[in-house]
Amino acid sequence: MTMANDIEIETPHVVGTMTMAAAINRALADAIAEDPDVVVFGEDVGALGGVFRITDGLAERFGEDRCFDTPLAESGIMGTAVGMAMNGMRPVVEMQFDAFALPAFEQVVSHVAKMGNRTRGALRMPIVIRIPFGGGIGGVEHHCDSSEAYYAHTPGLTVLSPSTPQDAYSLLRAAIASPDPVVFLEPKKLYWSKGEVDTSVTADLGTARIAREGTDVTVLAYSAMVPVALEAAEIAASEGRSVQVIDVRSLSPFDDATVTAAVRSTGRAVVVAEAPGYVSVASEIQARVFERCFEYLEAPVRRVTGFDTPFAPPKLEHWYLPDADRVLDAIDSLHWDDEATE
Amino acid sequence: MQHEDLLPRDTPVALIDKDGATVADEQYALPDAETLQRAYRGLVEGRRINDQAYALVRQGRLAVYPSSHGQEACQVAASMVLGDHDWLFPTYRDSVAVISRGVRPADAMVLLKGDWHSGYDPAEHRVAPQSTPLATQLLHAVGFAQAAKHRGEDTVVLALCGDGSTSEGDFHEALNFAAVFHVPVVFFVQNNEFAISVPLSRQTAAPSLAHKAIGYGMPGQRVDGNDVAALLAVLGEAVDRARSGGGPSLVEAHTYRMQAHTNADDDTRYRDRDEVKAWADRDPLSRMQVFLRAQGLLDDAAQQTIADGAEVIAAALRDALNADSDLDPEDLFRFVTAERSPQLEEQWQLLRGEIERASLTDAGGHR
Repeated sequence: MTMANDIEIETPHVVGTMTMAAAINRALADAIAEDPDVVVFGEDVGALGGVFRITDGLAERFGEDRCFDTPLAESGIMGTAVGMAMNGMRPVVEMQFDAFALPAFEQVVSHVAKMGNRTRGALRMPIVIRIPFGGGIGGVEHHCDSSEAYYAHTPGLTVLSPSTPQDAYSLLRAAIASPDPVVFLEPKKLYWSKGEVDTSVTADLGTARIAREGTDVTVLAYSAMVPVALEAAEIAASEGRSVQVIDVRSLSPFDDATVTAAVRSTGRAVVVAEAPGYVSVASEIQARVFERCFEYLEAPVRRVTGFDTPFAPPKLEHWYLPDADRVLDAIDSLHWDDEATE
Repeated sequence: MQHEDLLPRDTPVALIDKDGATVADEQYALPDAETLQRAYRGLVEGRRINDQAYALVRQGRLAVYPSSHGQEACQVAASMVLGDHDWLFPTYRDSVAVISRGVRPADAMVLLKGDWHSGYDPAEHRVAPQSTPLATQLLHAVGFAQAAKHRGEDTVVLALCGDGSTSEGDFHEALNFAAVFHVPVVFFVQNNEFAISVPLSRQTAAPSLAHKAIGYGMPGQRVDGNDVAALLAVLGEAVDRARSGGGPSLVEAHTYRMQAHTNADDDTRYRDRDEVKAWADRDPLSRMQVFLRAQGLLDDAAQQTIADGAEVIAAALRDALNADSDLDPEDLFRFVTAERSPQLEEQWQLLRGEIERASLTDAGGHR
């Protein structure tokens, strides 16, 4: 699981193929190099370079005071990040796994998200909380959760999740530069996926990305479900159906403008997410699309989500995770026959 | 430092006893006369603020007031031992300490009045915002000190909490982080015997709260929390240690919450009047008054001047809270984030419409 060693990090800008893990490593390195207030810390992020090697080489290159290990205590990591931000730093903290971020939840909800509002803007919280999340890697219990809804539900937090190395780089740089706190959800399953990265490319927080053009139906997905949606679109194309794929990528704030325009253009929509569907980000997207696109819709907006069960054990996760077939089934259910008989 | 040096004393450090007599101590010196006179003025003002705020709750002018009546020595000492550039991280019961740092009394009451969640700019007086979750601010204090150390500044951070907070996980994590990173933080526990209704015996089985320090590898000390002279000496030493690179320490003050948790609490349900009365005999103000008079450091005229000064503060607090608040409902949206989302803009617009309609129908709004 080493992937960041081969990256050139001396040149101002780089264009090349790299894994998402390497792109995140590169974004952290560039941010540390450019801004003396940026510090990276968490569990095992120093000498080891993180359990996913995302922080590989940072402590060595920038020193212990810029990238360091903490005691094994997530609330401690988050609470000290709040104090550092109060005193002018820009902490980027790593929560080792989705479920292991939960001990820090009080600090996130009660202080990270509220401090700026509490102090009428006097104390902003430019903190980035990186969380490897989601399944698809054969992880045991507590290593595969999709916890985005908890964060997206909390006013004051920006919640992002990239699906490509380029977005991982550009969105993380934007997150670190943001004056507001950002929860940055990294899809573990895509850490080793490769793609072209141009480090001069910037991304705006709060924007969705059109991942594939299409005219018959819009599939709205994020994170590890974007490749699933693209696979479904490819299969659908071979069957003569043109599927548009939107990578939502900013779960909060949500890019209503892009999504609304997209769904109005196709008249059909399917929302795909790995998390349990009940009271989820997928539910929110579905509701927003209904509210804004009702007159344009040929069929109800469908959701394809994880089951409302605890995440599956490794040997059953392929039954749990939404796949292209489920997405295609949902697309097939969108009242195509009604249209044909009109 | 030897392990034994991390342990607190068996009995709390005391320099002036409950009757106002000095107690000799080999380690801690009595602060100078001017410092003690200043501390006494702080005690009188703090008591007046506590009693005024308590009265304002009964008059409906404050939503709630967690009083530090009886704990004024801790409040005043916590503020006095800090330099201008040091930071205080208070709890919701530490309004007197906050005001002692220079925050206007009315600004310190904004949370409790219900106008906003905090009423002062933390950077102006180097006082973190008060808030109600327990022990979370201890970690903020540690992170703040880490940042100061990172930049090579000699800022010391004093973090307050109560006995109940020592049971929280964040208390443990804060002391552990502070010790591991060797940062300049003084953890100051006001052990007032109660967490709302639950007594100390249900919080800990440790010999004292200060004994927890050795578990983190930092020194702990116990002090009579109603003896402002001892508090100044012990906290002063802890601040000096932190500033000179000696790392964090834990100070436990033994004091007593003389009133109920807040006006919404009924303390007759969980503690005897005899116990409260016994602590009244150990009042932090009266012993200092006796001491200063015996030393010739306080006469009737000086006492009157101090009382008059406290009355001016109380009157200002009264006036500020009796005045109707000038609230802007649009503040709900103004500060949520630095960069505003389209969704919040949309909802803000909705509220603006409601404000406009309200102003048309009942001239000023009904909300």
